[in-house]
Amino acid sequence: MSLSKYLVQRLIYALLVLIVISFLIFMIVQLPRGDAVDRIVNARQAQGDIITEEDEAALRAQYGLDKPIYAQYFIWATQFARGNMGQSMLGIPVSNLINERIVATMLLSIISLIATYALAVPIGIYSATNQYSLGDYFWTFVGFIGLATPNFLLALIMLFVFHKAFGLSIGGLFSPGVEEQPWSLAKALDLLNHLWIPIIVIVTAQTAGTIRTMRATLLDELGQQYVITARAKGLRYRQLLFKYPVRLALNPVVNSVGYILPRLISGQTIVAIVLNLPTLGPLLFSALLAEDVELATSILMIQSILAVIGVILGDIILSLYDPRIRMEKGVT
Amino acid sequence: MMSDVLLEVKDLHTHFKLEEGTLKAVNGVSFTIRKNRTLGIVGESGCGKSVTAQSIMRITPKKNSKISGQILLHRESGAADIVQLDEDGDEMRDLRGRDIAMIFQEPMTAFSPVHTIGNQIMEALFVHGEKDKRKARDHVISLLEEVGIPAPERRIDEYSFQLSGGMRQRSMIAMAIVLNPRLLIADEPTTALDVTIQAQILRLMKRLQRDNGMAIMFITHDLGVIANMADDVAVMYLGKIVEYGSSRQIFKDPKHPYTKGLIRSIPKFGATEGKHLATIKGTVPVPLDPPDACPFANRCSEFIAGKCDIRMPASVVVAPGHSVSCVLYE
Repeated sequence: MSLSKYLVQRLIYALLVLIVISFLIFMIVQLPRGDAVDRIVNARQAQGDIITEEDEAALRAQYGLDKPIYAQYFIWATQFARGNMGQSMLGIPVSNLINERIVATMLLSIISLIATYALAVPIGIYSATNQYSLGDYFWTFVGFIGLATPNFLLALIMLFVFHKAFGLSIGGLFSPGVEEQPWSLAKALDLLNHLWIPIIVIVTAQTAGTIRTMRATLLDELGQQYVITARAKGLRYRQLLFKYPVRLALNPVVNSVGYILPRLISGQTIVAIVLNLPTLGPLLFSALLAEDVELATSILMIQSILAVIGVILGDIILSLYDPRIRMEKGVT
Repeated sequence: MMSDVLLEVKDLHTHFKLEEGTLKAVNGVSFTIRKNRTLGIVGESGCGKSVTAQSIMRITPKKNSKISGQILLHRESGAADIVQLDEDGDEMRDLRGRDIAMIFQEPMTAFSPVHTIGNQIMEALFVHGEKDKRKARDHVISLLEEVGIPAPERRIDEYSFQLSGGMRQRSMIAMAIVLNPRLLIADEPTTALDVTIQAQILRLMKRLQRDNGMAIMFITHDLGVIANMADDVAVMYLGKIVEYGSSRQIFKDPKHPYTKGLIRSIPKFGATEGKHLATIKGTVPVPLDPPDACPFANRCSEFIAGKCDIRMPASVVVAPGHSVSCVLYE
């Protein structure tokens, strides 16, 4: 089977999966009793407004909530497929809300991801090749602390310490008032100044697990016969280390690239809420609380699409990286 | 004839420091390997035969192994004592592959699954100074053909998991002999193969020895294979060589009770029909801090209390080229 044929096949499956997912998402978001109009009505009544039955019906018609559920789904799905994500309950188009936050989300996720691997892979290699050394114990200790500390707690501690000790306000991604300014060097520096705290928090949590995985898989590979074979050929330890065992030990890391895409959106929601980061995680969270159907379904759909693309991407990368998988799938 | 001597192992000890004590895997082993000859090393699992081979290659696990004694490799430039070399040093690395090469028991795991076999065989050439990729590739293709791999120009770009067990072991042999080593150590090279493939591989090794004049150190637990392959045989038990002699001496006139037991336990066509196969009672003990006595004493059918269990018997020459370590012959 050729790669393009394989890809087409995968994409067709992906489309089917997405249709099923979209249906499920739509249904689950609809599940809670009452709908958004009930909430609006309640809120207005609490303020003393008098809302008639006709007003309520008009509101329902405005949001399309008077139609049967399958019709609502159909309308939403066809609109979404055309790129029209509808109107948020906040009165702002969903696409605007997402656009506002997608850059910061991606920036934060990708930088912390690169930092995670840049740290975890070399440390994992060091730990495995110097098993039970002082350095190995040190990194294991640090790793477990990172793994055991809840992210949001670390975020709170950092907020507190930096505020007390240095008088820094490190919440958000910009200093107050800077965000509205046009892009300039000063704004970029301000962003960098705020970016490193969430990155440290996120990286601390992610690195520990990746170090453990890297260490364990590499230790496994180091005991393999092919390592001895390579030594018996006269290779330098360093040469063979990177050519054989490290390359094989990176397999799970390479494979995980695919699962990162969906995580880009909602991976660090609690940290983002604590640090007041303008990313998609908190937006999704508040949309779900407010039963903002259009917004919540849109974000969940985008996340699902990213997940499906991520899995396909991960498979393709892995099959380029590992001939065993390439042959198994019959792709040449 | 001294000029024939390729490798002399003298009083080799390879010990592993474990939490439970010192594991004396090889405990005072001496033998000589000559050009164009095959030395068979035979013994049960755990007798130290593989560790002996790894010690010669200096590829024992780094952290906890300790090698002492002498391993003299005779070269035109003089003898080098492998024990004294730095295991990661340039001289030792240059020795590996070029002077001494090794083939392993499990050809499936001995190749990296994500590199083509051509890549891995050519690597041995590149490590030892070959620069020309085209030349290396042609060399490897002709070598693959020599070891009996059909369509070598296609196979060279395949991965180990695409080859059959026999093909893999042939590729492995090609990888070992790519630099024309003077000594080929074969550590149970046919154990993982079925019998017909085993016969093919053994024939191949004999042919290569005839063509290249290399010495072979053949490690196996299979006496039938040893009888077929070896000129000289060393019988190992628990880190020691208990009997040493020519293949004929060992099989026709075994002296040590252990050797006798091993030979008795070979099934013979017709002769053992309807009878239980002779076995050696007990199992090989683990050589953790072993006492200074005959290692076979506790399983020996001719055990003499007060003699066998107080000291290690000396090696006695019972016939020219035939020696045995047993109190019965002292």
